[in-house]
Amino acid sequence: MTTTAPALVDYDDVVARYEPTLGLEVHVELSTSTKMFCGCPTDFGAEPNTQVCPTCLGLPGSLPVVNQAAVEAAIRIGLALNCSIAPWGRFARKNYFYPDMPKNFQTSQYDEPIAVDGWMDVTLEDGEVVRVGIERAHMEEDTGKSLHVGGAAGRIHGAEYSLLDYNRAGVPLIEIVTKMIPGTGERAPEVARAYVTQLRDLIKSLGVSDVRMDQGSMRCDVNLSLSPTGSGVLGTRTETKNVNSLRSVERAVRHEMQRQAGVLDGGGAIVQETRHFEEQSGTTRPGRRKETSEDYRYFPEPDLVPIAPSAEWVEELRGTLPELPWEHRKRIQEAWGLSDEELRDLVNAGALELIEATVAAGAPAGEARSWWVAYLAQQANTRGVELAELPITPAQVARVIALVGAGDLNNKLARQVVDGVLAGEGEPDEVVESRGLKVVSDDGALIAAVDEALAAQPDVVEKIKGGKVQAAGAIVGAVMKATKGQADAKRVRELIIERCS
Amino acid sequence: MSELIRLTASELASKIHSGEVSAVEAAQAHLDRIAEVDGEVHAFLHVGAEAALANAALVDEAVQAGTAPASPLAGVPLALKDVFTTTDMPTTCGSRILEGWRPPYDATLTARLRAAGITILGKTNMDEFAMGSSTEHSAYGPTRNPWDLSRIPGGSGGGSAAALAAFEAPLAIGTDTGGSIRQPAAVTGTVGVKPTYGGVSRYGLVACASSLDQGGPCARTVLDAALLHEVVAGHDPLDSTSIDAPVPAVVEAARIGAQGDLSGVRVGVVRELGGEGYQPGVRASFDAALRRLEKLGAEVVEVSCPHFEYGLAAYYLILPSEVSSNLARFDAMRYGLRVDKGASAEEVMAATREAGFGPEVKRRIILGTYALSSGYYDAYYGQAQKVRTLISRDFAAAFEQADVLVSPTAPTTAFPIGEKVDDPLAMYLNDLATIPTNLAGVAGMSVPSGLAEEDGLPVGLQIMAPALGEAVMYRVGAAFEAARDADEGGPLIARVPEVAK
Repeated sequence: MTTTAPALVDYDDVVARYEPTLGLEVHVELSTSTKMFCGCPTDFGAEPNTQVCPTCLGLPGSLPVVNQAAVEAAIRIGLALNCSIAPWGRFARKNYFYPDMPKNFQTSQYDEPIAVDGWMDVTLEDGEVVRVGIERAHMEEDTGKSLHVGGAAGRIHGAEYSLLDYNRAGVPLIEIVTKMIPGTGERAPEVARAYVTQLRDLIKSLGVSDVRMDQGSMRCDVNLSLSPTGSGVLGTRTETKNVNSLRSVERAVRHEMQRQAGVLDGGGAIVQETRHFEEQSGTTRPGRRKETSEDYRYFPEPDLVPIAPSAEWVEELRGTLPELPWEHRKRIQEAWGLSDEELRDLVNAGALELIEATVAAGAPAGEARSWWVAYLAQQANTRGVELAELPITPAQVARVIALVGAGDLNNKLARQVVDGVLAGEGEPDEVVESRGLKVVSDDGALIAAVDEALAAQPDVVEKIKGGKVQAAGAIVGAVMKATKGQADAKRVRELIIERCS
Repeated sequence: MSELIRLTASELASKIHSGEVSAVEAAQAHLDRIAEVDGEVHAFLHVGAEAALANAALVDEAVQAGTAPASPLAGVPLALKDVFTTTDMPTTCGSRILEGWRPPYDATLTARLRAAGITILGKTNMDEFAMGSSTEHSAYGPTRNPWDLSRIPGGSGGGSAAALAAFEAPLAIGTDTGGSIRQPAAVTGTVGVKPTYGGVSRYGLVACASSLDQGGPCARTVLDAALLHEVVAGHDPLDSTSIDAPVPAVVEAARIGAQGDLSGVRVGVVRELGGEGYQPGVRASFDAALRRLEKLGAEVVEVSCPHFEYGLAAYYLILPSEVSSNLARFDAMRYGLRVDKGASAEEVMAATREAGFGPEVKRRIILGTYALSSGYYDAYYGQAQKVRTLISRDFAAAFEQADVLVSPTAPTTAFPIGEKVDDPLAMYLNDLATIPTNLAGVAGMSVPSGLAEEDGLPVGLQIMAPALGEAVMYRVGAAFEAARDADEGGPLIARVPEVAK
């Protein structure tokens, strides 16, 4: 039996007749140096199965030990989300069989999460603020990765064989679950995106994760249901997984609203199910249909002792919370005199922190900004990487700016120095040295070059002597050419006038 | 038969350390004995002669060089239950599913034995994954009781106990989840100690039930057990449930006890462990033991632990629940048996588990899976945990009235092989008296109390002590042993018949 999916309903029509209720579950991979329950490193992109030990491979006899740094990160995230921190809680075992799960159970917090009942105020583009309730934040371990070979689109069905990489198995995760978010109406997709964006910024500011959706260190599941406007009856929800970018969050919500409205309009019922977001088409498809509902047979993890953070420790960690990123931005915006739009561009380009760090390294704000949004943004664009991924540090940029300020480099040379740093030739000063890029300010060398240029163009010399000072431009050009651009043009002009007087 | 094999561990150690006997001679004598009788007894699943002799040679070198011995037991041979991981020998847990598995790491206990210079002779037989009371549930065939080869040596640690009683080793290691050290000790006329939960590291002990399992020493005398106890006990950062406290001074306590004065010690007789169901000879031996304790100056009082009667039921919910989760990892994906039947990972897992686990293991996995299922959790696992709390409270109250508690270790002497293997309930009843200590995490030991009149087989006296109260337990055990040996004209173990070949 096959059924054709009902048509999508026009978005305006959906929001005219239905009220969406949102719920978001975000998994954040912590950037602790070791895994949740063992001492293995957590570096992304290592050779498969090189960051493993008896514990994260679930070998017989191995035992977990809680990573204290992960608990600390979880508490800080909880506090930043205005949650209460549980004074006592146990890990639980979530039992299910899957080859990428070495023990065939996941050690996770179940009914005793470390952080509960918080909120975050989410600001939309037009300044409207929506308070999103936080149900809980809890700790768990990641699974390994399966690579299905030979099937369609990397799916397990139809695959010839599967490869398993356990490097990720046991990496600490924090799962942050919102309360139901009702009443967002037509702005639901926007709210979802803004929430995830702000959560990402918040966690990044805590320094506990690199929150890269493209690398999977931040993953989002979207829960959504519709109810007829004014009915007051909560609809059946679907859970959409594989939503791997901020844009996808927005698209997934919008698509699910349109799809569910189509089903409901046709007199159908929404199936409570897991769906997968398809990046290319922007649609969702049902996940594997399960014959029976999964029973995870949770029970308290007997191999671990309860987590019992003292009130003193929690308060100490509260003291380590940084300024909220959005408040911080407001302060920067005022200090640098940026318009809302300028600030947004900097944030979206991922340039704000880089510029700040460059300023912190001693550069004037205007020049720091100009470097990052112009030349460096262009370089990142050419290379197809994020600004932050360019192999140059804010301190190095600040050094280049300082060299320009001191007159040691002009802008053209400065760009060549930056090119050298990006090419891995070392620190700016080393590039200046090795490429011989220093501005020629040694008068002796310059005078010789000026005299040579003057001798080559006696007619121009006559003009200058005759009072046509602007004719000196031609000589400046010749000198610059002869010195391969390394001369200080201002000083060259002064010398020409001097020699012709 | 070399006389070396009849020495106690402490006697043998002093001969080795004085240079009178070499550790190699001692190891060889025991290896010869194993070669001579183990065909009948079947205490060992694997004998590591080469590594044993190599260790012994190192001890001899140290003795010759005049270096202080690595421990008071350096050079003494030991039989290790095949549930602790060893890099130089297979670790099978008596299961087909781990046949030939060579762990890539040593258990903490294994490492401590090695560091102490103890010669590990080999790995001993056991009920599969420590589930059973007779060693008949080993996938590699039963172990026979040296007192009567047609009878069981107890279980799950029947191999370790039989190795001691057959003079194949003067020391052994067992694990006790519900009596697996103490009941085999009782039915083989040897000494077995279940330390306080958390007293000995579980890292590298292949789990049966994590919250109940505890490794411990087995020997032919209380002093030998104490010496081994001090080698293997102590905090281990790799086991979160390991107690971070000094190891009780059990050797000193055993020496004091052996002087034969128990005045001022209150011995509590647990009323609920003295009812029906005990073999008359077991009863009689226990009553005689109480009189002997009184003669030593102890004050014998009766205590009541009303919730002990629910212990067995609670145990058979908690244990299978943990087992069902702990044994999920045996899925053919990374190690052990793989039965390549079926096209999917799930089918291979199912076929492997079907072929690799024996009936008792399967029974408990099914029981536990059921007990943890949603809708049944509260009624089964939840209730059982409440019983556990009540049993702990019973112990706490009883230990207000008595320094140690006593009971017969097992309700009967060794029963014939095959008698109970198809009657799980009858088999489970063997552990009636030993289970409460595991549920409460307190310490317990079994010392030989005599032979039952009707069958001439050994009977054990169980002595229980509060958490970390091992010192008083060893003191009472040593005093009782010394008095019994004096009254009866020598140790009980001297009366074990020579193994018929």
